[in-house]
Amino acid sequence: MGLRIINRRPGRGGALFWGALPFLAVLALYLTFSAMRLAENPNDKLLPALSTIAETVVRLAFTPDQRTGQVLLWVDTAASLARLAWGLAVSAALGLVIGIASGLVPYLRAGLSPFVAVVSLIPPMALLPILFISFGLDELSKVVLIVIGIAPFLIRDLAMRVEAIPPELVIKAQTLGASTWQIITRLVLPTMLPKLIDALRLSLGPAWLFLISAEAIAAQDGLGYRIFLVRRYLAMDVILPYVAWITLMAFLMDWGLRALNRRTSPWLTRGMA
Amino acid sequence: MTISLKRISAFCLGLAAAAAIACSPAGAVEKKSFKIAWSIYAGWMPWGYAADSGLMKKWADKYGINVEIVQINDYVESINQYTAGGFDGCVMTNMDALTIPAAGGVDSTALIVGDFSNGNDGVVLKTGKTVADIKGEKINLVQLSVSHYLLARALDSVGLTEKDVSIVNTSDADIVSVFTSSSDSKAVVTWNPQLAEVAAVKGATKVFDSSKVPGEIIDLLVVNTGTLKDNPALAKALTGVWYEMMEKMAAGDEAMLTHMAKASGTDLAGYKSQLVTTRMFYKPAEAMEFTTSPQLPKTMDLVRTFSFEHGLLGEGAKTKDAVGIAFPGGEILGDAKNVKLRFDAEAMKLAAEGKL
Repeated sequence: MGLRIINRRPGRGGALFWGALPFLAVLALYLTFSAMRLAENPNDKLLPALSTIAETVVRLAFTPDQRTGQVLLWVDTAASLARLAWGLAVSAALGLVIGIASGLVPYLRAGLSPFVAVVSLIPPMALLPILFISFGLDELSKVVLIVIGIAPFLIRDLAMRVEAIPPELVIKAQTLGASTWQIITRLVLPTMLPKLIDALRLSLGPAWLFLISAEAIAAQDGLGYRIFLVRRYLAMDVILPYVAWITLMAFLMDWGLRALNRRTSPWLTRGMA
Repeated sequence: MTISLKRISAFCLGLAAAAAIACSPAGAVEKKSFKIAWSIYAGWMPWGYAADSGLMKKWADKYGINVEIVQINDYVESINQYTAGGFDGCVMTNMDALTIPAAGGVDSTALIVGDFSNGNDGVVLKTGKTVADIKGEKINLVQLSVSHYLLARALDSVGLTEKDVSIVNTSDADIVSVFTSSSDSKAVVTWNPQLAEVAAVKGATKVFDSSKVPGEIIDLLVVNTGTLKDNPALAKALTGVWYEMMEKMAAGDEAMLTHMAKASGTDLAGYKSQLVTTRMFYKPAEAMEFTTSPQLPKTMDLVRTFSFEHGLLGEGAKTKDAVGIAFPGGEILGDAKNVKLRFDAEAMKLAAEGKL
């Protein structure tokens, strides 16, 4: 039995090794191709050497830009994070309020749920030209794109989870004399907050996608702006570190939300192994 | 039993090596089949016609080669593909030839100087009437493109600098809708056919266009220098087909013009109006004269200065001399040891002498 592959488990060191392997393989592939292209053409921009990337990172992250006097990476990061934070905050608020309302109040559910379901099926990118025209080219249209992209998902998810609250809990609260408002604040809200945070974690990917797309089309700063700007002259030495930086931030946000959930709702993991 | 680490790493290395061999850039050797990329623009439409009409095949057959003409929807992507080695040649402007393939170390030759923009690129203001009114405005344009260059030239003409305006990078596909419907957008720099549409907006004024800086935005057919050297037939076939088409165009060949108009998404009248602001070199002698004139190095100096100041020559470029540009007659601008962009009049000369 022990010989079957499904029963063989890597140890702690083994898990680390197997986890690192794909990263190392990608790195090795990159270095191989990069070295080959650079041997043929020392100015190749497609797969720059790690040393070139490092120089560019120093310039972007620690040296003020010659023309504007700003340090580009931080300006871009601040602009993008502000847009993302607005988008996520507004979506979370909408998700919480509309989700709870339509999950708990049958009349609101009857009125809202088909509409939200239809809205959630509109591809947000297809709306982009309309958004630019109605909300201008500034921050607002970018935030609105994120909201349109992820709020319907949050609303539907929360509404379904409210509906899934065991009815005996709601009935028990009512027999104890709770008003609708008290049921919301004492029963529904505490149950829903961790679910909202989980749903937000799942929305991070789409939120970044919409942010970068909006920045690519019209912007003065931002991570997506920079990537699509330097694409014009094939500056992979800028694009690759930016992609890595975005990935790192997305990972940290996911991790942070998970930690927040553990902290604010410790009962969630209680009783688990 | 465990699968040994050694075996795994050997496997990974093998895989990497196999992939590396499969993807390695092709060395310069004599070959028979070539790929040329083009994208939609008034002065480049003949390439589409060359492919569709069979003229390209006729000329390729004459020199015993095979040339595939591929249309790419995204202009910058087509240049990137060429720079990465996916194509042997590609149409592009003089500025993009310098900042993308040449700055990227791909030795490129401007084989055919097809035309220059003579009003095809312009600055349009919604309320202002002169270039000076642009001061303090927010301008929508494709940053780092010829539009950006044209804006710099326009500002320069009234003693302003880029510090006096703010630039919003805006995709060329969205510029028309943004300008016509958003009150945010008060100034744009763009090219045709978008330029015609924004200039037609009620109250808008075209305050500057490329006819004020004639001959500075040049549209080229750029071919990999190594490929060209190893395959003289390619230059002959491409130049031959081009000037046969130019002759037809100059003669007003209705069928050809209609075909090109349709392919560029307009009608015959629309296409003809785009040609008015495009200074085509219908005769090879004209193109040759333009390419050998002392004005061209001066233009390229302006372009490389702009490019360097905007960081377009890349991280490694410490001065605007980093990338060398060679002209017919042996004049070289910049680093003579790193010549990556060459203007060559030889093929156009052969065409002018009727030797193709």
